[in-house]
Amino acid sequence: MQALHQKAKELLESGKVQVIIGYGDGSGDRVRPVFISKAESASDLIWDDRCRQNLAVYLNKPEIKKLGVPAIVATPVVVKTIIQLISENQLKSSNIVVLVVDNDVVSELTDNASLEAYSAGHPVVFPPFVVKEIKDIAEMSIQQRNKYWQDELSRCFKCYACRAACPLCYCERCLTDNNQPQWVCVASHAQGNFEWHINRAMHLAGRCVECGSCTIACPVGIPIGLLTIEASRIVKQEFGQEPGLHCDADSAMSSFKVEDTETFIK
Amino acid sequence: MSMQQRVIQHENLLKFLGEIISSGKQLYAPQKKAEKTYFLPASDVHSIVFDYIQTAESPKELLFPKTERMLSYEQVDGKLKMIDHAEGEIFPERVLFGSHPCDAVALKTLTDFFRHDVPDAFTQKRQDSLTVISVSCIKADDNCFCTSVGTSPGDTEGSDILLTPIGNAKYYVEVMTEKGQSLFAAHEKYFENSDIISKDKYLTKMSEVFSSSEVTARLSKAFDHPIWSDASLRCLGCGACAYVCPVCSCFDIQDEGTDKKGDRLRCWDSCGFSLFTLHTSGHNPRKNQSDRWRQRVMHKFSYMPERYELLGCVGCGRCSRACPADMNIKEQLKEITEKIEG
Amino acid sequence: MENNFEPKIVAFVCNWCTYAGADLTGTSRIKYATNVRIIRFPCTGRIDYNLLLKAFAQGADGVIVSGCHPNDCHYTSGNFHARRRWIVFKQMMEYMGIDMRRVKFSWVSAAEGAKWADIVNTTVNEIRELGPSQEYLEMSRQGVA
Ligand code: SF4
Ligand code: SF4
Ligand code: FES
Repeated sequence: MQALHQKAKELLESGKVQVIIGYGDGSGDRVRPVFISKAESASDLIWDDRCRQNLAVYLNKPEIKKLGVPAIVATPVVVKTIIQLISENQLKSSNIVVLVVDNDVVSELTDNASLEAYSAGHPVVFPPFVVKEIKDIAEMSIQQRNKYWQDELSRCFKCYACRAACPLCYCERCLTDNNQPQWVCVASHAQGNFEWHINRAMHLAGRCVECGSCTIACPVGIPIGLLTIEASRIVKQEFGQEPGLHCDADSAMSSFKVEDTETFIK
Repeated sequence: MSMQQRVIQHENLLKFLGEIISSGKQLYAPQKKAEKTYFLPASDVHSIVFDYIQTAESPKELLFPKTERMLSYEQVDGKLKMIDHAEGEIFPERVLFGSHPCDAVALKTLTDFFRHDVPDAFTQKRQDSLTVISVSCIKADDNCFCTSVGTSPGDTEGSDILLTPIGNAKYYVEVMTEKGQSLFAAHEKYFENSDIISKDKYLTKMSEVFSSSEVTARLSKAFDHPIWSDASLRCLGCGACAYVCPVCSCFDIQDEGTDKKGDRLRCWDSCGFSLFTLHTSGHNPRKNQSDRWRQRVMHKFSYMPERYELLGCVGCGRCSRACPADMNIKEQLKEITEKIEG
Repeated sequence: MENNFEPKIVAFVCNWCTYAGADLTGTSRIKYATNVRIIRFPCTGRIDYNLLLKAFAQGADGVIVSGCHPNDCHYTSGNFHARRRWIVFKQMMEYMGIDMRRVKFSWVSAAEGAKWADIVNTTVNEIRELGPSQEYLEMSRQGVA
């Protein structure tokens, strides 16, 4: 962590950035997002296995933007997220400093090429329990899957923590908040929950970088990230596109290829 | 003062709960689901868990469901048929088992709140048919702070019956209300006589970290204090805190249906959402997340005490446990008493 | 009951090909099942998958979605975009356990009056076999106190 503290201090002292978005001490044994603007507080930064929340979610918040040019302490999946945000014209690499930590060596990624190289070298690896969940669902019959999701989603009370924690759910006005027309029922009955979650998955298809922040955020323990992971898996399988690898990639769901194939359209 | 006090053995407690189920009442008790504990309808007493600090969701659903059908309409043979569910529906007899004292206080707060001004028939009827058997706390965690908000690990307030574990698989039983008395009387054989005992030595020790009346006093001068924007920088603006809170009671009325038939539904809502206060014009009086975080704290600790003489928080700590960004209400309240001048 | 069951089918079609195709079915005096209610859109690119969900929520037993053949879209690429969405939507629905046999996707040009009649007839027969759609309607009742 020493190296991280040193780097953060330098960046703030030199005036290259005005705020470091990172992890700091939280309640009990938790870590929490911190926004450090003073060089002398640089040593508040923490870097260990508990740092799992995707901090890229803060990059586009108006309150955070007001703090000035940011440096962000990034896990590999945060780098992926940033690339995806760049490809969607939500960020420019020239306006932020991305700090990655490998074996207590801190590097600055400051341009598209270095972000891409880092992302390519650090593929996301799911923890074993997620691999198992994915496999279990894949092996279910359609009736079993129906039961599985109805049961899981029955606990959803539409707190929208999954949406709030997701760095790619940045729309100022979400489809689900719309009431003219009311696409998604406001009620968190089975239909409202189904509509909400299929829309969330569809809107993250080919965009979900699989950070798992939504699943971690869900207060009622729904493995909700599995839906967006599946949506991205479908996009990769069908169209060969993967999010978070190239800063100039086309958005999978708003582009097409004439050669796209399917077997179900008569 | 309790109406009766008894002792019950753990084994007999299970039989007592089993009899509640077989008598046809709905028993809600803490059970595990996906690694977390919830109050769920119990059909088998052996699935009830006793060793937990706090359930992920509060028991407020029993009075104030996340989606409640208030009214239905249907066109039959060209005639409009309306059903007011507050009148028509029979609210089932329910027993809640295993709530901690903070939750029992919260259920009472909710009842009082919904009784204010125009009484709400739904919560009223649900409350009338609910009997609450709480269990005192012998364990707590860092997020709990009941003693700072006027309740305590052995508080009987809001419970119809309170059980306190006194070791050797035994519970000290305090029957508090008429409802508790009638449930107790129907199953009296499982209870043993007992003297009045002092529960204190069995309860978890929890020191007061702040005084809620101090918080209320400081808040009256804190509307423009920088504390709100500093504290809420990491707040993501979701509704997790409000939805797990046993006291939060904001709702949104939604009409669903077609010209032929439909329902009027009451759905949970949260002041943490920017949409909550968004006007049609596009103007939002609570524009920033800091305004919304301030509202959450102010509502619970300033507006509710002022208007209803109720406190909007019972110190259960669920919001702090649930928050994906580690917003911590206890820490915030303590800070208010430290940083804002009295 | 199954035998008397007349499925309600909602068809979402584009103005330029399938709607014209369906018109041709009529003017050519080809008879086909009357179970279908056609809703006309400018282009398949405008047919939001949420419309399909709304159809089921309001009691449709089956849905047909149809537009111009690839390369024939009046707006050049609306149907290519739509196709991508359908590919993901169909699999996503199945992943969440919804039976997609009730949704038929097709390309019907303005000259394919006979094909339109065939699509509708086959769909009606298949949905008749499946029986009334319950799954989706049930959902609006679950989880309400
Ligand atoms: S975080 Fe969980 S409970 Fe909240 S809206 Fe998402 S899935 Fe539903
Ligand atoms: S505000 Fe938080 S601690 Fe207080 S009652 Fe609500 S959930 Fe519990
Ligand atoms: S106009 Fe027919 S599909 Fe676009």
